[in-house]
Amino acid sequence: MGAPAEAAEHAGEHRDYAGAKLGMWIFVFTELILFGGLFVAYGMYRSMHAHDFHKASGELNVTLGVVNTLILLTSSLTMVLSIVAIRLGRKLQSMLFLACTMLLGAAFLVNKFFEWKAKIHHGIYPGSEHLMARPPGERLFFGLYFGMTGLHGLHVTIGVVVMSVMLVFLARDRIRHNDFIKLENTGLYWHLVDIIWIFLLPLFYLAA
Amino acid sequence: MNPSMQTQAEPPHIVGYATFIKVWIALVVLTGLLVGLSVTRRPHLALLGLLVITPTKASLVLFYFMHLKYESAALKYMVAVAIVVLIIFIGLTFSDYLFR
Repeated sequence: MGAPAEAAEHAGEHRDYAGAKLGMWIFVFTELILFGGLFVAYGMYRSMHAHDFHKASGELNVTLGVVNTLILLTSSLTMVLSIVAIRLGRKLQSMLFLACTMLLGAAFLVNKFFEWKAKIHHGIYPGSEHLMARPPGERLFFGLYFGMTGLHGLHVTIGVVVMSVMLVFLARDRIRHNDFIKLENTGLYWHLVDIIWIFLLPLFYLAA
Repeated sequence: MNPSMQTQAEPPHIVGYATFIKVWIALVVLTGLLVGLSVTRRPHLALLGLLVITPTKASLVLFYFMHLKYESAALKYMVAVAIVVLIIFIGLTFSDYLFR
């Protein structure tokens, strides 16, 4: 028996590290199927309307897409470093890394806001007159674009909210060097959000 | 703690900062490569990027950032089953579309 289990015994509290992590992984699988279904829809419609998808993809801002990719990749790094830091007992460092992750997540959403704003300004949004006048494939592309990046953006937002709770837990020592599963599960969720974006980048922004 | 003990209800050993920073560098380089291939305007190169580089990036995140490399065999099998199920879904849908 290692230190965490002993500490739990002394505190008289129930703790199940493996169970907590397994539960989070099972949730990750459901997310995989949720987004997987949308990727299948994308694949099907793209094979039906290859030319329209190609053309519509060219209208997306590649630079913003790549910048957002770098932001999310870096946020994944700071997330994992936050977990390493708390395991080494470096509380302040862990909080700083987590705060960086939150800021990067927020920066991603700000970019996304300006990206969507520009599209909507050009009359491109689901059901808009301008979009409805265009070929069916382009309508489908932008429908999937708003649907999938929107659902992903919702996940990013939830992630930032969950991380703010974790920051409070860290400050109040509810997450410690020998009890960090809450932070680790937050990390699993955040990395999943990163993986989904890794697939969204080539499918939407680089498809032209 | 050695890897064989990781099936117990204990956190696995701590991986240092350096490993994760190296993985991040690899991810950034692969992203650059992916973007580079897409601007060559050669469809087969862009497809290579989508089918090879993107899953490689996802695997790096999965194995290192999500710690799967250091997890028990049971969890690795579970993840493999989940991914295989997703691939079967995708395969069945596309075969239905292509051969109907």
